[in-house]
Amino acid sequence: MNGGSWNAIAPWLALGATPVAAMLAIALRRSHRATLWITVAGFGAGLLRIRPAARAAPLAVTPLLRVDGFALYFTALIAGAALVTALLAYPALERREERREEFYVLLGVAALGAATLAASDHFASFFLGLETLSVALYGLAAYPRRDPLALEAGIKYLVLAAASAAFLLLGMALIYASTGALGFARLAGALPAAPPSLLAPGAALILVGVGFKLGLVPFHLWTPDVYQGAPAPAAGFIATASKAGVFAVLMRFFFVFGGLDSWRTVSAVVALAIASMLGGNLLALRQRNLKRLLGYSSIAHMGYLLVALLAARYAVALATATAGFYFLAYFVTTLAAFGLIAALTTERGEPQEIADLRGLFWRRPFPATVLAAAMLSLAGIPLTAGFLAKFYLVAAGAAAALWMLLLVLVISSVIGLFYYLRVMMALFAPAEEAAAPLAPLPAGQGWLLGALLAALFWIGLFPQPFLRMILGLPLG
Amino acid sequence: MILVWLLAILGAAAAAAAIAGRWSDAAPRWIALAAVLADFGLTLRIWLRAGGALRAGGWLRKVDWSWIPSLGIRFHLALDGLSLLLLLLTFSLGAVAVLASWRDVRTGVGFFHFNLLWILAGVAGVFLAMDLFLFYFAWELMLVPMFFLIAIWGHERRRYAAVKFFLFTQLSGLLMLVAILALALTHRAATGALTFDYGALIATPLGQRAALWILLGFLAAFTVKLPMFPFHTWLPDAHTEAPTAGSIVLAGLMLKTGAYGLLRFALPLFPRAARAAAPWLLALAAVGILYGGLLAFAQSDLKRLVAYTSVSHMGFVLLGVFLATAAPAGSAAAHWALTGVVLEMLCHGFSTGALFAIAGFLQERLHTREMARMSGLWAVMPRLSGAGLFFALAAVGLPGLGNFVAEFLILLAAYRVSPGLAAAGAIGILVSTFYGVELVQRAFHGPNRHGWRVPDMAAREAWALAPMMAALLWLGLYPQPVVRAAGASLRQIEQALAPPHTAAARLRAPAGKGTAP
Repeated sequence: MNGGSWNAIAPWLALGATPVAAMLAIALRRSHRATLWITVAGFGAGLLRIRPAARAAPLAVTPLLRVDGFALYFTALIAGAALVTALLAYPALERREERREEFYVLLGVAALGAATLAASDHFASFFLGLETLSVALYGLAAYPRRDPLALEAGIKYLVLAAASAAFLLLGMALIYASTGALGFARLAGALPAAPPSLLAPGAALILVGVGFKLGLVPFHLWTPDVYQGAPAPAAGFIATASKAGVFAVLMRFFFVFGGLDSWRTVSAVVALAIASMLGGNLLALRQRNLKRLLGYSSIAHMGYLLVALLAARYAVALATATAGFYFLAYFVTTLAAFGLIAALTTERGEPQEIADLRGLFWRRPFPATVLAAAMLSLAGIPLTAGFLAKFYLVAAGAAAALWMLLLVLVISSVIGLFYYLRVMMALFAPAEEAAAPLAPLPAGQGWLLGALLAALFWIGLFPQPFLRMILGLPLG
Repeated sequence: MILVWLLAILGAAAAAAAIAGRWSDAAPRWIALAAVLADFGLTLRIWLRAGGALRAGGWLRKVDWSWIPSLGIRFHLALDGLSLLLLLLTFSLGAVAVLASWRDVRTGVGFFHFNLLWILAGVAGVFLAMDLFLFYFAWELMLVPMFFLIAIWGHERRRYAAVKFFLFTQLSGLLMLVAILALALTHRAATGALTFDYGALIATPLGQRAALWILLGFLAAFTVKLPMFPFHTWLPDAHTEAPTAGSIVLAGLMLKTGAYGLLRFALPLFPRAARAAAPWLLALAAVGILYGGLLAFAQSDLKRLVAYTSVSHMGFVLLGVFLATAAPAGSAAAHWALTGVVLEMLCHGFSTGALFAIAGFLQERLHTREMARMSGLWAVMPRLSGAGLFFALAAVGLPGLGNFVAEFLILLAAYRVSPGLAAAGAIGILVSTFYGVELVQRAFHGPNRHGWRVPDMAAREAWALAPMMAALLWLGLYPQPVVRAAGASLRQIEQALAPPHTAAARLRAPAGKGTAP
């Protein structure tokens, strides 16, 4: 490895060093505040190293990782999400837990795993990244260890993620058996000569494994329970960073592998997309729990994103830009929503029921505005980042002439409006119907949520700088 | 630049009203009123200073800024005679809406006016946008505040009505978004440039099949908003359950955005496809006129009655729009039809807006909208009842008032195209007299059976209604200035409907000559 390579993987090294440093600090002396700052500094350093790394990209670092614009962009998103999650988790942990510091260690490990996935160019790094991510997420989901719902979430995630990892491994093995290659690029080269009898089952099993991780219908069963049980900051991280990492590797895999040339794979992905868009939105309709609702909503959003994946067959640049922008908008929105739930947490727990939030706007305009804006953004209403993301998605779909999928997207997002509107309706209900007391917003959280709210509108109104950044970072 | 100010004033006033609402109930009302009147004044000034430019056609004012260059999206606003008239309608009805809710709205006054001004900004944006992305942006922008207006300050079934309204308009809007993108991508495939600019997209070479599909996407949005039978079912609920200001804005302005979309976008962008679709839409328009009229006649709720009359009147608008495509290109009939459409848009805005305001005034006093509970109000409040009679007669198309001129022109054009359509329209007007008489008879005449003792029209209410009376009289007796103001814009639309090889070239030539601010 030369200097360029070190430069290129500096963001990953920073993410990897962060949990180690935090762990050492905990071993020396427990201090919640110091651990937070070590974590924030580590993630911040990772973010700062993105730009120098971009100058060295595109570059293959060892056969396992490929550092290109796409990988760096997703790594930046993941590091940013981890940073915000750490800041959001601090006051909630301060209020509830007695062993607080390990949360940040797990967060750092999870971020490293997700970021590794974004740069993975090889089955080995694919699997390693995924397992690093998953193992840390079990711990994050079950972090409040006295809370039965959190334990349920952790166990559920453990069992289903382990099963999905087994599917994934078997799929990789089948493909290896028929091609004799593990690296994506070599694999693509060996593909024409490979016996097809093992390839299709291999691709299908990989799709199943990834489907579990993304929470696509019909592999979505864990999603609402984990979202409900996991503490809000951890749920926000699962919703954003872990999904972005898995989606990034999926996109790269199909891009290099050319897997989307086979009609079988395409129809499988189309079926997953349609099932997730409709299923996620329909299942969310009857939810009374805000976190479960967000869980189902994330299923639908992953379904939308598959439209971008499918569009990549015809317009790679547009499709990767769409995925990049969509995740940016989705990150900001989802972190704002979960961050708000975390910020309003009292000793008695998180305000999870939609009924808890009745009339919030008249009592506490600011938190209500944050949540309302997040709902509008998830629904894709103008002024918010979610609108442009949806616009981009429809553009990618139209460019690839995926009319059938676009029709499903339109119908399912209208179904989705129902439950986003229900949350809004509760927020703006008359004040006298108000219910549960909510924690006062800590000043730092107020600023953080304010920044997320501003970003949500800023990206929705003036997306040009972000678009230029995304368009300048191709897969390659 | 002044166009940006029109929107910025509304936006700034919305924020100011929301903030001022924390301390005072009166401040948001005055802020909103001042902002709307300032915009009205600015727009009127453009008209008065336009002079010959209006007759020559082209844009009177325009703004064209770079916005999202990566996607070829520009912040492009432009104003011609048609937009000018509709902006004047927007701001005058905006003032009426503020005045009508002066005592009606007592909770969350700041947020109420925030939403109201935001809707007006969205409507004004729709009438000005010349970039299809910006148009869609403004189109969607007014929905959320309208949803709030209905869901928070509405009547008994407000939540149901608000959700229904939002879902109908959102679904149809998304179909239009797909159509806009399909059009822009077709244009990119043909020319290599991604743009959403109206002037560029109008020259997109489209096959008949593609044009028809894309037109359907646009029609989905416009005919739901208009609304056209059978997509009207959101309207009676939304109009009835909305607070007074919401009903005024919905009926007076939001429905007009659908009609404007047809005139400005659907016809010029897809002239041949529009001609192919015309027979179907003309038939649905005729059905809508009769159906709306008959259902209005059957209502006992005053606001519901007025809501159904909107379905009928908007049927006339749809009829006029597609008569222009069905009539021989460049014929007088096409011009009559389009002139009638513009007049109908303005007159319906004033007359229905006023009727909803009166319904609101009555509900404030009587706490009911049931006409069966009214009767004999003339004896108690002669002035408000007289105003009710005036606007009811305007709605049924009494000669001397604006609606008559509009419907007469549309019927005249209909007769040239198909006597059957003209007959349907004429029967529609006949039905309208039934419901008009019914309304006045049941609400205002007869004995005061319920012993109502309520105050007559207050000065604030008179100030809201009097300008609308004057406008309807003016449009009925001397519509020439308005006809002239819209004339050049309408002729451009007619030219776009002319045979395809010349249409795009002719339309773009005068558009370029506009005077920049």
